[in-house]
Amino acid sequence: MSLIDNAFILICSALVMFMTPGLALFYGGLVRSKNVLATIMQSFIMLGLVSILWAVCGYSLSFGTDIGGLIGGLDFAFLEGVGMTADGSPADNLPHLTFMIFQCMFAVITPALISGAFAERMKFAGFMVFSALWLILVYAPMCHWVWGGGWMGEMGALDFAGGAVVHMSSGAAALCCALLIGKRKGHGSTAFIPHNLPMTILGAGILWFGWFGFNAGSALSADGFAANAFVTTHMAAAAAALSWIVAEWFHGGKATTLGAASGAVAGLVAITPAAGFVTPMWAIVIGLGAGVICFGGIMLKNKLGYDDALDVVGIHGLGGTYGALATGVFATIGAEGLIAGNANQLWIQFVSVVATWAFCFAMTFVIFKVVDKTIGLKASEADEDKGMDIAEHSETGYQW
Amino acid sequence: MKKIEIITRTFKLDEVKTALSGIGVKGMTVSEVKGFGRQGGHKEVYRGAEYQVDFVPKIKIDVVVEDDFAAQVVEAARSAAQTGQVGDGKIFVSPVDEVIRIRTGETGDEAV
Repeated sequence: MSLIDNAFILICSALVMFMTPGLALFYGGLVRSKNVLATIMQSFIMLGLVSILWAVCGYSLSFGTDIGGLIGGLDFAFLEGVGMTADGSPADNLPHLTFMIFQCMFAVITPALISGAFAERMKFAGFMVFSALWLILVYAPMCHWVWGGGWMGEMGALDFAGGAVVHMSSGAAALCCALLIGKRKGHGSTAFIPHNLPMTILGAGILWFGWFGFNAGSALSADGFAANAFVTTHMAAAAAALSWIVAEWFHGGKATTLGAASGAVAGLVAITPAAGFVTPMWAIVIGLGAGVICFGGIMLKNKLGYDDALDVVGIHGLGGTYGALATGVFATIGAEGLIAGNANQLWIQFVSVVATWAFCFAMTFVIFKVVDKTIGLKASEADEDKGMDIAEHSETGYQW
Repeated sequence: MKKIEIITRTFKLDEVKTALSGIGVKGMTVSEVKGFGRQGGHKEVYRGAEYQVDFVPKIKIDVVVEDDFAAQVVEAARSAAQTGQVGDGKIFVSPVDEVIRIRTGETGDEAV
C-alpha cells in the first residue's frame, strides 16, 4: 500500500464529489426559475441516495467476485471485507475503503446526469425510485463489465475514466427517458430560456475543476500517468470550448457563454475514456472534434424535435461515444490505437459502444415503464404550470 | 393633482431623476417593467435554438405633482429621456383624486 497514492486518491474522491453540486448548478441555471430547486435536487440528492445504495450493495455488484463476466457477487455487500488495508482491494496500492469511496463518487454523478433529459416535468417520488433501480440494474453491471473484471474489460475495451460507464450510459438512458416521458408543456411554442446563465457557467467551472479528480484520479496512483491524464483533460476541455464557439459562429450566430461552457463539458466528456491513453497534443485534437460534434448533435435534436431538455444526449451520449471511438484511434500510451497501427482496437471500441447503447437503452426502457405504471413519473400539466419547485417540494428558489 | 408615468429606457433613469430633482420634484417611485411598442423585441439564442423575445426591459417612473407643475415635469422628463431613436418610451398624465401622507394624515397638495 502506498501512502502517497492513498492521499492522492482521497483528495480526488473529494474532487469528484464536488462535481455533483457543480452539475446541479450547471443544470439549475438552464431551467426556468420555477423549476430551479427541483432540478438542483435531482442532482444533489443523489449524494444521499446513491451513496447509501453503493455501501449496501452497489459497490459489491460492481466490484465483487465476478459471476460469468456479467455482475459482481455480494461478497462486499454492506461493505463486508472493505477495510483500511489493501486486502481485497482491486487496487493493491490503496486501502480498500479508498478505492470504494472513489468509485462511489462516480456512481453518484451518473444518475444525476440523466436528470437533465426529463428536467422540469418529472415527479420526485418516481424519480427517486427510477434512479435507485437504474443504479442497481444499469450502472452496477456497466461498471462491472468495464472495470470490475467483466466481459467488456476482458475483451480489451479501453475506458480510462468512464466514457462508457458514466457518459454513454447516462446519455443512452437520457434519450430513452426523453422519448418516453414526452415533451414539456408548451415545447415548440413557448420560449424555454435559461433563467440564470451565470449559475450555469459557475457549474461548468466546478465540473471542470472536479474532472481533474475524475480523470487524473483514474490512474489510481500519484504518478506520471495521472499527470498525463490531468493535462489531457485540461487541453481537451480548452480546445472544445473554443471549437464550440467557432461552430456557433459559422452556424450564423454569435459566440455565446453557454456555448463556451457547453463546449468545455463536451471536451471533458470526450477525453474521459481517453485521458490516460493519449498524449496532450492528441487530446487537443479530440477536444476540437468534441466541440463541433456535440454542437452538431444539439442542432440535430432541434430538428428531430424530441425534448432532451438540457442536452444530455448531445453532450454526454454523443460526446462519450465519440470519445470511446477516438480512444481507439489515438491511444498510444499503455495501449495501441489506429494511429499506432492497431485497427483492431477501434473495432473493440465500436463493439463496446454498440453494447453500451443497446444495454443501457433497453434496460432504462424497462425500468421507466415499470416505475411509470406503478408510481408515476410524468407530472400533471397543472403542476408543470405551477412549477416543480412548488408542486413537488413546497418551496421556491427566489423570494421576489 | 396629476400622476405622471414615464416609461423609458433603463439607462436613462439617472438622467431623468437628476432633471426632475433639478426642477424641484421631491419624490418618485421607480419600477422595472417589460413591454413592447414600435421598437419590438429582439432575438436570443441558446444552444442554437432561437427565441423571439417581445418584451423589452424598461423602467417606469411614477411622480405625483400639483396640477400647475405637471407640464414642467413632463417637459423636463421628455428632454432628459429623449435619444431620438425608436424605443424612447412614453409619458402618461392622469388626474389623481386624492393623496394621503400615511405618517401625518395630511391630504391633497400638502401630501404630495
